[in-house]
Amino acid sequence: MSSNKKYWKSVEELNENSSIVETLKQNEFVEEIPTDEFLGNKESLEASTTTRRDFLKYVGFSTAAATLAACEGPVIKSIPYVVQPQEIIPGVANYYATTIADGFDFASVLVKTREGRPIKIENNSLASTNGSANARVNASVLGLYDSLRVQGPRKNGNSISWDELDAEVVQKLTALKDSGKDIVLLTQTFASPSTSKLIAEFKEKYGNVRHVVYDAISESAALDAYQAKYGERSLANYDFSKAMTIVSVGADFLGDWQGGGFDAGYSKNRIPQNGKMSRHVQFESNMSLTGANADKRVPLTPSQQKMALAKLYSYVVGGSVTGSLPENIEDAVKKAASQLKKAGSDGLVVTGIQDVNAQTVALEINEYLNAKAFDKATPIKTRQGSDKEVMTLIADMKAGKVGAIIMSGVNPLYTLANASDFSEGLKNTDLSVAFSLKEDETSSETQFIAAAPHYLESWGDVEIKKGHYALTQPAIRPLFNTRQFQEALLIWNSNTVSYHDYIKETWGTSILNGSSFNQALHDGMFVGTIETQTEDTTDASQNTETPSGDAARALIASVKSSALELVLYSKIGMGDGQQANNPWLQEFPDPITRTSWDNYLTVSKFDADALGLVNFNVANGALNGSYANVTVKGKTLTVPVIIQPGQAKGSVGLALGYGRTKGLKKEMQTGVNAFAFYQDFNNSQEVTVELAPGEHEFACVQLQNTLMGRGSIIKETTLEIFNTKDKNEWNGIPMVSLNHVETPVTSPEVDLWEEFDRSIGHHFNLSIDLNACTGCGACVIACHAENNVPVVGKTEVRRSRDMHWLRIDRYYSSEDTFAEDNDKKESAEGWFTGQKQALREMERGSENPQVSFQPVMCQHCNHAPCETVCPVAATSHSHQGQNHMAYNRCVGTRYCANNCPYKVRRFNWFLYNENDEFDYHMNDDLGRMVLNPDVVVRSRGVMEKCSMCIQKTQKTILDAKRDGRVIKDGEFQTACSAACSNGAMVFGDINDKESQVAKLKEDNRMYHLLESVGTKPNVMYQTKVVNTTES
Amino acid sequence: MKKPYQSFEVNLTNNMRQVIHCKLSNNFFSLALIFLFAFSISLSAQEGDPAKGKSLFNANCAACHQLDKKMTGPALRNVEARLSADSGLDRAWIYAWIRNSAGLIKSGDAYANKVYNEFGGTAMTAFPQLSDDDINNILAYTAEVKAEPAAAQTAATDTQASGNNGVSNELILGALAILFMLLASGLFVVNRTLRSFAAAKDIELPDTQRTPLWKAFAQNQFLVLVTSIFLLLASAYFVYGYLMQIGVDQGYQPVQPIHFSHKIHAGDNAIDCKYCHSSARVSKTSGIPSLNVCMNCHKSIYEYKGETSVEYSKEFYDAEIKKLYAAAGWDDAAQQYTGNSQPVKWVRIHNLPDFVYFNHSQHVSVAGIECQTCHGPIQEMEIASQFAPLTMGWCINCHRTTNVKVEDNAYYTKIHEELSKKYGVDKLTAAQMGGLECGKCHY
Repeated sequence: MSSNKKYWKSVEELNENSSIVETLKQNEFVEEIPTDEFLGNKESLEASTTTRRDFLKYVGFSTAAATLAACEGPVIKSIPYVVQPQEIIPGVANYYATTIADGFDFASVLVKTREGRPIKIENNSLASTNGSANARVNASVLGLYDSLRVQGPRKNGNSISWDELDAEVVQKLTALKDSGKDIVLLTQTFASPSTSKLIAEFKEKYGNVRHVVYDAISESAALDAYQAKYGERSLANYDFSKAMTIVSVGADFLGDWQGGGFDAGYSKNRIPQNGKMSRHVQFESNMSLTGANADKRVPLTPSQQKMALAKLYSYVVGGSVTGSLPENIEDAVKKAASQLKKAGSDGLVVTGIQDVNAQTVALEINEYLNAKAFDKATPIKTRQGSDKEVMTLIADMKAGKVGAIIMSGVNPLYTLANASDFSEGLKNTDLSVAFSLKEDETSSETQFIAAAPHYLESWGDVEIKKGHYALTQPAIRPLFNTRQFQEALLIWNSNTVSYHDYIKETWGTSILNGSSFNQALHDGMFVGTIETQTEDTTDASQNTETPSGDAARALIASVKSSALELVLYSKIGMGDGQQANNPWLQEFPDPITRTSWDNYLTVSKFDADALGLVNFNVANGALNGSYANVTVKGKTLTVPVIIQPGQAKGSVGLALGYGRTKGLKKEMQTGVNAFAFYQDFNNSQEVTVELAPGEHEFACVQLQNTLMGRGSIIKETTLEIFNTKDKNEWNGIPMVSLNHVETPVTSPEVDLWEEFDRSIGHHFNLSIDLNACTGCGACVIACHAENNVPVVGKTEVRRSRDMHWLRIDRYYSSEDTFAEDNDKKESAEGWFTGQKQALREMERGSENPQVSFQPVMCQHCNHAPCETVCPVAATSHSHQGQNHMAYNRCVGTRYCANNCPYKVRRFNWFLYNENDEFDYHMNDDLGRMVLNPDVVVRSRGVMEKCSMCIQKTQKTILDAKRDGRVIKDGEFQTACSAACSNGAMVFGDINDKESQVAKLKEDNRMYHLLESVGTKPNVMYQTKVVNTTES
Repeated sequence: MKKPYQSFEVNLTNNMRQVIHCKLSNNFFSLALIFLFAFSISLSAQEGDPAKGKSLFNANCAACHQLDKKMTGPALRNVEARLSADSGLDRAWIYAWIRNSAGLIKSGDAYANKVYNEFGGTAMTAFPQLSDDDINNILAYTAEVKAEPAAAQTAATDTQASGNNGVSNELILGALAILFMLLASGLFVVNRTLRSFAAAKDIELPDTQRTPLWKAFAQNQFLVLVTSIFLLLASAYFVYGYLMQIGVDQGYQPVQPIHFSHKIHAGDNAIDCKYCHSSARVSKTSGIPSLNVCMNCHKSIYEYKGETSVEYSKEFYDAEIKKLYAAAGWDDAAQQYTGNSQPVKWVRIHNLPDFVYFNHSQHVSVAGIECQTCHGPIQEMEIASQFAPLTMGWCINCHRTTNVKVEDNAYYTKIHEELSKKYGVDKLTAAQMGGLECGKCHY
């Protein structure tokens, strides 16, 4: 029986007289298919000489021809030099010593070049006093191959020639000479003797010239304080290796505080030697890299920091200050003070408070302590900016007093809080020139963009510390039609000398004192005689008096408490944002939050709850967070929020350096520009925060924040236990049950595998000292550069598909310390009532957690679980202790990654090179020039992982074979161990019993990651020791 | 496909040229001989020995002079005759010049100063050690009449010989075919005759129903099975063989932009491979020599003087040298670089995939392996080609059989001692050293 029901597909059908329904009944498509367009013109169809049959023949033949042609292999051309430069041998790397001085990062480095292309930055061991390469410096080589660099001089957006630019600039400058208006050079800190001389000459020629030095992230307060006290505009130099008790009030000295570069010295005393190690107390608001490494960390708001510093002064030096602090902070300050007093000249106080008084107080305490670490002979020259002068300049520009502004190495329209004022002032100038690598926020607003070369294409000299000189030399011919600022000044000064000769002359007359310039160039550095200052005597007499304590009182007076305070900071990965178009740095996970491709507001759990801000993980594990409207002095930005354990209640943090909009690829335009809040160059601001609608998607690479009491991952103990108790107490070997007998996991009878003989030849081991590792991440970028690790982008990182071969895990404790976590886990009883509840609680980081960093790469297990499950034997062990991965053999089953207990294998989900979907450096010819020719670029569908830099170990072996010699300890290096200036990573051959790594293997602190699994890794860790000594 | 035609053309023209050459040169030669005889008799008293002169010339003069070409110094063919004819200078002047040219220039000698200025103001090295006899010998050598290049002897007979061979084969085959045809027709005739006999005698031939062969085959299941297995195996064999040669370019012999003959350089002239491929000693790549390396020699070697063949004539080689000059920007007439160079785009013959790391210096310097081990008889290759298959199996086999050269190498002392004890051998192979491990070549 059929039903009479009427089925209808659309409401329209219910309409009786619908024309559409009627048409549809007749015709499938309501609109006529436009066949006429190609068939309608009968004439042309018939006029065509190609019949249908002919057409098919052509198709057939061309297909056949194409198929046949495809059978032939590609013809590869080899084009040798016409005249081969003597120093270049194809296939052999050359190293040049040079110096980066981009206004934010200053370091003497080595550049590795292959066939004339710089491909990697390494530490210059000859110039270790000039700082070492941090993550940004390591990544800076990629900036050379930035496809968005300005390729030649431009005027109002049109390309011009240098001659035209010179003519116009010189004409205008000459005209201005008589007009009475100022000519202003607004530059980064060059700290360059030759540039200073050159600018002086420029001043002489054009008369009314003003040189304003501008640091995007200002250290003006510290400079002013030092200048007032010691008569020299420099920064105090601290040698942390001479400090045994370090108290830091808001100074992120392992990060970018006062130019950074203090971590190597700091790490030296963190390794317990003869039962001693340094004690580090940190008072801070944001959870910084430094705070994470501290033995004791006290979270407090910026206004409390000022108070704490003043009180510290009064407890150490004397004098009374008013004001009160919460009891726990007061207590911590008192204890810190007593420790400092006890330490005497072994003590050191540093502060990051942007306040002249605060900086003076710190200097005075160090003076009082007579701190050995305070090196007055060699103050640091790498920041010279003056807030006051910049402010005056902006006012003058607005008033029309500035005729010409020539900028180099600065981007004020991005980095100034009052950028609009500057922009307005810029319009009042007759001439504006910006020397810039990019068409960035500032240079796109100036009349002229003078295309500047990258530092790897430039000459230069730097006085990093007083008397410590460094040279910059080009490692490649300029890729584009660029000219550096100094070269232009020479031309505008009508000086025909090249800048190279100019430097040579300056050095010859005033620096080298008879030493060879070529030797200095080869070394990259020169230590001159450090003349004592003339003002020193007067200063010393002043210093003998007891400090008055005025500064401390003034500091207290300046405290203004507010409900919520914002602390602006710079990330170790992004700095001041100069290198925002560098995909390596964008994908570099922040050591603390483990989040890449973003900046965000860090909020304490307490404040987040009060404001209704949340973080949560979505179904695929990725992190999402609320947005917040953040308002500082009337300016509002909508910023995503991350709830940060350890963030001081009543404070929020936000990183500078993000939110760039010009001169970078769309993918790199991440985050918000926090410089808008950088009012009066002060890094702490009064702020209001409120919940904003929407959810932000983060690219966070670590989903689990706490250690959950798993003491076998990070072994940690206190100095007291370490010194007094037996090794088994704090670093015992895990036991497994064999025939109901507890047996150490290292004993052969519990082993599933046959032992493999590695006693002959080399056996590589890598030791990572958790005490010396500060988590800075230089190794991560060095690994990227050495091993052609691809960048995958934010969306892929969010899916946990990041490709970092080396990650630095960061763990928080759930209780105040990891030890308490372990106890809590152990003591919890009963699955439903106790343990489950306890574990759930432990997932949340403490309000002020203990933090630990742990670099993890392939552990190169002697008994590798990945090898046994590979169906095609693509991964296998070697005699030398490295676990090999043959990419060409891999079929991509990913069994190995599943079976790896350390989760260090990385899968190429996509083709990451020459693929428009991944428009990072490997997608353009220029960016690919950075690739290391000794390491293959992996394709889609294969697994990859740390190779323990086998290309480097093999090269060392080959060099020794060629020379017919034995390899010395220290010759073997991996990219990460070479990049680690802190001495946390030591690589070498344990079959060489005299090697450092062989000794570290026998060290009491040595343990293997997840030793109980029995994988016998070739990477070992040194137990973290915390100095909890109070008093 | 194109090549045979090309060579055919070249053959034709060359043959013609050679014939003309031969005639001409013969005439010339006899004339010259007569002339020489007459000349040498008249001057024999003063003349030296041209053979001795040649060796002296090569030892002392050839660095800057050639007989027929202006180089660092002037061309020296018949220098004595030229000097006496042009400037009226005698042999004594030549003695003085050779022994101390600088002194002669200083003395204000007109011709000496003229030559001095003409050749860029560089005085000729003094040769005080040359005796009068030596100089006589050299002058005798320079006075020799230029010998025509010994043209290649006619090689036309070659083709005919091979042609003869072909005809004889055909004849034999034809004869055989005729024989078989005769046999077949004979059998047919016999068969017919027998049948007709049978018919005549009324003998009934049994009419056996023979199953056709294909049916019998199809019915025999065992045979079908065996055949199909055989066919499958055979096809698998060929498919495997086909697949295995994909990407193997053994014998790859591309046409290069400049015809560079390894035979002439490494073979005939016995130049060490590493003179040009110098980076093979220290680098992973052997390095294609840059043009300045070529010009080290070719500045003075402007023509080919070696053996020639029909296909590769002197003109052909000289034209290739001209190509090099064009690329290097060398003006041969003016003996100077124009600065107008053009890099040569050679076609790379040996292409390893990206995922293989191969280091020349490891094999050449450390292991001391001859280039020919992998590159074949390169010194005999007129056109270079890929000799080895460059497959992984080929690498591995060599690593299995080749002993590591550990002598006089301090690096190996310890490891060799320990490993040879472990394996109980005197000499370790590369494989025993770990040369089979994946990561040694793949990273």
